[in-house]
Amino acid sequence: MAKTITSKVFVVRDNIDTDQIIPAQYLALVPTIAEEYEKLGSYALIGLPDDQYPVRFVPQGEMKTPYQIVIAGRNFGCGSSREHAPIALGAAGVEAVVAESFARIFFRNCVATGELYPFDSGLRLCDIVKTGDEATLDFDHDTLTVNGNTYQLKPLGDVRPVIDAGGLFNYARQSGMIAAK
Amino acid sequence: MTLTEKILARSSGKTHVRPGDNVWVNVDVLMTHDVCGPGTIGVFKREFGANAKIWDRKKVVIIPDHYIFTADAMSNRNVDILRDFANEQEIEYFYDVIDDPKGHWRFDAAKGNGQRQHGSHYSGVCHSSLALKGHNRPGEILFGTDSHTCQSGAFNQFATGIGNTDAGFILGTGKLLIKVPETMRFLFEGALPKGVMAKDVILHLIGEIGFDGATYRAMQFEGPGVASLTMDDRMTITNMAIEAGGKNGIFPCDQTTLDYVNARTAENGTKNTFTPAEIDADQSFIYDKTFDLSALEPTVACHPDPGQRKLAKEMGHVALDRAYIGSCTGGKTSDFLAFAEIVRGKTVKIDTFGVPSTTRVLEELKATQWDGKSVWNILSDAGVRLTENPGCAACLGGPVDTFGRMNAPLKCISATNRNFPGRMGHKESQVFLASPYTVAASALTGKITDPREFI
Repeated sequence: MAKTITSKVFVVRDNIDTDQIIPAQYLALVPTIAEEYEKLGSYALIGLPDDQYPVRFVPQGEMKTPYQIVIAGRNFGCGSSREHAPIALGAAGVEAVVAESFARIFFRNCVATGELYPFDSGLRLCDIVKTGDEATLDFDHDTLTVNGNTYQLKPLGDVRPVIDAGGLFNYARQSGMIAAK
Repeated sequence: MTLTEKILARSSGKTHVRPGDNVWVNVDVLMTHDVCGPGTIGVFKREFGANAKIWDRKKVVIIPDHYIFTADAMSNRNVDILRDFANEQEIEYFYDVIDDPKGHWRFDAAKGNGQRQHGSHYSGVCHSSLALKGHNRPGEILFGTDSHTCQSGAFNQFATGIGNTDAGFILGTGKLLIKVPETMRFLFEGALPKGVMAKDVILHLIGEIGFDGATYRAMQFEGPGVASLTMDDRMTITNMAIEAGGKNGIFPCDQTTLDYVNARTAENGTKNTFTPAEIDADQSFIYDKTFDLSALEPTVACHPDPGQRKLAKEMGHVALDRAYIGSCTGGKTSDFLAFAEIVRGKTVKIDTFGVPSTTRVLEELKATQWDGKSVWNILSDAGVRLTENPGCAACLGGPVDTFGRMNAPLKCISATNRNFPGRMGHKESQVFLASPYTVAASALTGKITDPREFI
């Protein structure tokens, strides 16, 4: 894992639920089938209301997002337990979501799949940062630098090595919790 | 220890656990369905090998229920993936939509989605079916690949929703590492007054603590008021623990629980031994509050999240386009009977859809006669559009041809559980959550209406 990521950020508000991350009509796509995984990525955040989010997260006709970092308010990922949600974001090219807080199942699914790093920041950055601002996320110091300001995030702690390993199974094998393949 | 702590301690072989402890628990039941099952199976095969066997073929319950009655080819295929896996692994509890174990499921769009298209093994919504088919037992650990898995906590189980990767891990190992949550206690006193239902209780509580007020926490419901609540009432309440962010919701086990569980396990021949978790004297809570059930009123959660609490009587200015009754939360027989009490002999003013949660509900509505007329016909004569194909249907939108789905920016009052933007289809539609009584009264007037005007 690179120690820093620099990318434009995509900013969302509070309570972005799993229907907004990946609407239910796309859940027939099975994430473990490679071409369906890619398609899930192309629909990431397509459920956001157009009037509040005029900029599309994944540009029309493309499979990937130009935003590797998502900044969110409270309770990001609330709602369903669908793993399609972190997978859609990961498949679109997201590396990290920095939210004021996360819903529990979404957070766990980020870690289990190893798709992205959920920074439970406690900071309300969605009021300060705008979509398109360029930010640098430093994993070793747990900081986000944007528009000349550096914000201290809560450390990822125990979940970082699991995501670094590529998710629950890889981590469990590396640490001897389950047998090697 | 609290009820949740006791079950997690027992299941992880410890004498004591505390909130924050990470423990490996032994899983009693893993449930999956057609939306998350194929991905879970994919994870299992990728990680354990194409020829791997699941840890226990009697502890996995597969219930197709989400996207069944749709012409969407990928959704039909997903039911076939479940069937292939159930055959290969000799899974005993698979409630298939067709009777032929070697067949393929294809929805017949020409027949329409109102007329019965399922076979005799099909059951309907997974959470309701777990209860009905004898898979809910006090004191056990149940995981499901669905956020409303917390419903099973009504039976004094630790039950919570997980993703495909965790479920794939359980398929191979029978275990999962989880963090012991803090417990919030909701102490009930009194009994529900006329016109007020269990749905109003949980909408009131979510409004009280906020839509993320129970994040990472267990919601424990106890107190003298519990005795007056039926199992259906308790299921409605625990079902929506997730709508406050809760990890699980849980009730104590009493005679009402035992009567229900013993009847269902006997009827279905499922495992009938279990050890309930009893209430300890030394419980500690992060939140503890008493609620007088007799003081509650018909309650509505307004667009766009389940925490937007209002009283139905204050919301008469909201004109509606549609009403909907169905789902794990609001599609039980008792929900439909309450709805029918209100609309009986009258005509709904707005488009109204009814989806039984299970095939059993369908049978009971057809068999229950009021003055020589079945409740099914009473509903139909009142103008309610009903389907003989139980399932999740439009509660979560689903494919565009789903029965009752909102394909335009409409306002709907619904007996379901979730109302984030786009939940029931069109992303500019709005959903107002309410009890079956309130949904029925509102269907008659075309605006949000306090049902006590009709009782």
